[in-house]
Amino acid sequence: MNDHTPIPATSREPGPPLAVRMAGIRKTFGPVRANDDVTLDVASGTVHALVGENGAGKSTLMSQLYGLYVPDAGTIEVFGKPAHLRSTHDAIAMGLGMVHQHFMLVDTLTALENVMLGAEPHALLLRAERMVRPRLQSLMESTGLRVDLDARVGDLPVGDRQRLEILKVLFRGAKVLILDEPTAVLTPQETQHLFGVLATLRSQGTTVILITHKLDEVMRLADRVTVMRAGRIVHECGVKDTSPAQLAEAMVGRKVNIGRPATTGVAPGEVVLDAKGLQVVDAMGVTRLHGIDLALRAGQIVGVAGVSGNGQSELLEVLSGLRTPRAGTLRLAGETFAPTRWLTPRTARRLRLAHVPEDRHARAMVMDFAAWESGILGYEGLLVYSGGGFLRRRRMREDTRDMMERFDVRPRQPELASGRFSGGNQQKLVLARELGQAPHVLVVGQPTRGVDIGAIEFIHGQLRKLREAGCAILLVSSELDEILALSDRVLVMNAGRITGERPVEACTEAELGLLMAHTEVHPEKAEAPA
Amino acid sequence: MSAPTLPRWADVVVLPLVNLAVALLISGAVMALIGQNPLEVLTLMAKGAFGSMRGFSYTLYYTTTFIFTGLAVAVAAHGGLFNIGAEGQATLGGLGAGIFALWLARDLPGFVMLPLIILASAGFGALWALVPAYLQAYRGSHIVITTIMFNFLAYTLLVYLLVNVLKAPGSMAVESAPFEPSAALPNAQEAFAWFGIEWPSSPLNLSFLLALAAAGLVYAYLWRTRAGYRLRTVGASAGAAEYAGIPPAHQILIAMAISGALAGMVGVNEIAGVNRRLLLDFVAGAGFTGIAVAMMGRNHPAGILLASLLFGALFQGGAEVGFEMPQFSREMVVTLQGFVILLSGAMAYVLAPTLARVIHALPGIAKRRPA
Repeated sequence: MNDHTPIPATSREPGPPLAVRMAGIRKTFGPVRANDDVTLDVASGTVHALVGENGAGKSTLMSQLYGLYVPDAGTIEVFGKPAHLRSTHDAIAMGLGMVHQHFMLVDTLTALENVMLGAEPHALLLRAERMVRPRLQSLMESTGLRVDLDARVGDLPVGDRQRLEILKVLFRGAKVLILDEPTAVLTPQETQHLFGVLATLRSQGTTVILITHKLDEVMRLADRVTVMRAGRIVHECGVKDTSPAQLAEAMVGRKVNIGRPATTGVAPGEVVLDAKGLQVVDAMGVTRLHGIDLALRAGQIVGVAGVSGNGQSELLEVLSGLRTPRAGTLRLAGETFAPTRWLTPRTARRLRLAHVPEDRHARAMVMDFAAWESGILGYEGLLVYSGGGFLRRRRMREDTRDMMERFDVRPRQPELASGRFSGGNQQKLVLARELGQAPHVLVVGQPTRGVDIGAIEFIHGQLRKLREAGCAILLVSSELDEILALSDRVLVMNAGRITGERPVEACTEAELGLLMAHTEVHPEKAEAPA
Repeated sequence: MSAPTLPRWADVVVLPLVNLAVALLISGAVMALIGQNPLEVLTLMAKGAFGSMRGFSYTLYYTTTFIFTGLAVAVAAHGGLFNIGAEGQATLGGLGAGIFALWLARDLPGFVMLPLIILASAGFGALWALVPAYLQAYRGSHIVITTIMFNFLAYTLLVYLLVNVLKAPGSMAVESAPFEPSAALPNAQEAFAWFGIEWPSSPLNLSFLLALAAAGLVYAYLWRTRAGYRLRTVGASAGAAEYAGIPPAHQILIAMAISGALAGMVGVNEIAGVNRRLLLDFVAGAGFTGIAVAMMGRNHPAGILLASLLFGALFQGGAEVGFEMPQFSREMVVTLQGFVILLSGAMAYVLAPTLARVIHALPGIAKRRPA
């Protein structure tokens, strides 16, 4: 109960007043203790980082502060006043504002209309707009959060949308800003800009609570940092008094090593997948891939870096058979595919191409199914899993238990619904399934998105092991660190084109960042037919 | 999942019972309001449904039809589809049974004729359901809209064929000539008589066994076969199905074909089993009641059997009350059934959060949870 570092009394008494005080918070979901006697003090006018593995209870804690959940026990004070937060309305009224990881914006409305939505100062929209616009403009002036107010949100690039979300929250009078993984979708340059804005806000007296798992961001921006593990606070200190290594160790509970191992392993072998001139046009008539050429060699990891939405998803879908391109050819395991008869997911599996999709929730498993049912998804046609049309349920259960053992999926309960596992454990199960078929080619998107540090280390280890076993791997990730840690060769994608390609030894983060952001900012606008 | 969640046993057992109790309470209040004694009415209903062999036999006859339509709705639901067209598919099933009976029964013996009638009912129902399924799978028309429309089309088609083609010549009633004996499914009285057992006369017939078999087969299909696994995958997550190489369009067709076939078998019960001639209105809303049955049974065959029995009892008991208490009008019976359908079908989860809170407040249950 009391193994978290007690907050020294000196930091509370004479320092700045507290913006938020959560004391003795407890929240359970069924048998899971998401928060167990958590006490968190956030000083006014500071940036306070909340870090921890997935499932550590950070989001649960902040959801209680924002009125989304009601704590089972404990008290919350906001600016010294006891707060009984039953809904987000209560939280907003107390001066709290939260920007979620997934933006809560209406694409078809303009930026201005999105800000007003739900807080219109007048029943007539035109009058309301006239009242809101000057206030918003002065807010943009003072914070540096600049957005084109008359643009439709659907046309805005991701960075602008996030600025808009923050504006929306500030416009509603938030003095405490809660940001949930704000940089997950940003380029390094956009991240830099965001941090500039947050520093400005701090200097103006706004309190920022930053939920993140990127420790370098904590070091760059935060004043204090609180580390959570398994529902409890395990460490709290000033950022000056700590190091990323120390924080990582506190998060995981042991030493971790995520980085490039000294040797790159085996020499690359023959080409096993060869794609030429891939062109994809989406349902709106927008060209998403402009003639991509790509070759994967056995025993080599090719990393694709780029800001989300520049064609990486389409590339993954085309190569795994989920989408038929308009033009291009694909050679895989001696067979050649053209748009008239493209690869299907079933053929891909038969040709030993495994796919770990980007969107775990929508694709990689069926959340309502028991883990042992998701554990064979896509392979249910194999003779070991069904004979004479009937499922071999005992074999399915045994194999899932086996996968859970090998990939340390917790809890080891094949009967539990897939959706009840944490993100990291879901991902481990998906990887166990796909790697278990000993693929010759692996196409993997965002292997560690929403996955905690301990699991990242493990997943990276598995991918390297697979490469050493001679598998050709295409790795798409929005985490540059991940690309650099795993890849032998790095491609940069921008606006549906490969804008750079080099061996990993020749890459620097700064240069890749520039390649990712170069030329147009928002491709869909530039490419759309007039 | 912000409110405490309901444990599974409570979701499956307690919640339906609570819903039923609330429905009975509200109906009781309405009865009291118009000067009837609710306890007396309910006692009479229970007696009417279960108090005599004859009453129980009638209850099982109603149950048979609800099992078919409930299963039909459930199979579609597992494929992610809301089939509101069981009414129309059942109508077509009856039409199929009628056409084959009138066409072939004179020349074929019963052991050929009866399987043929079952196939005809299922086949007609399946084909009727396949049209909206095709439109949903390949043309993007919403299955809820199309299946509703197809209910009207089915009814109109039946009226047209009965009036213009199939009506017995010289008859005033809009119904066909009686079937030949070889096309009549033996009823319970006849079947028990083979074994020397006396059974009261009632509409209950051998299609009850068919319904039980269908429930078992639906369970086996959905949870024990590869095809059922694929169907449920599509229903639970179309994205995951595509990823797994299961084309959702195929599964939509399969789910609706099975669903329509199950609904169509209502025709075996009502046309070949009970009426032994083709007539109008033999489905009488059972397709819609099937939605409530499936919801109350949580789309599981075992639950559907129980829910069908409940609704069967409501219909039989209600009819009995209307018979015994003339001052208690038929409309009151319908009201009572309506409340049960409303609370256990349309509003099945309205009370779930409250119930969850009550359960979590009970100290004994909290202690039993693993830490």
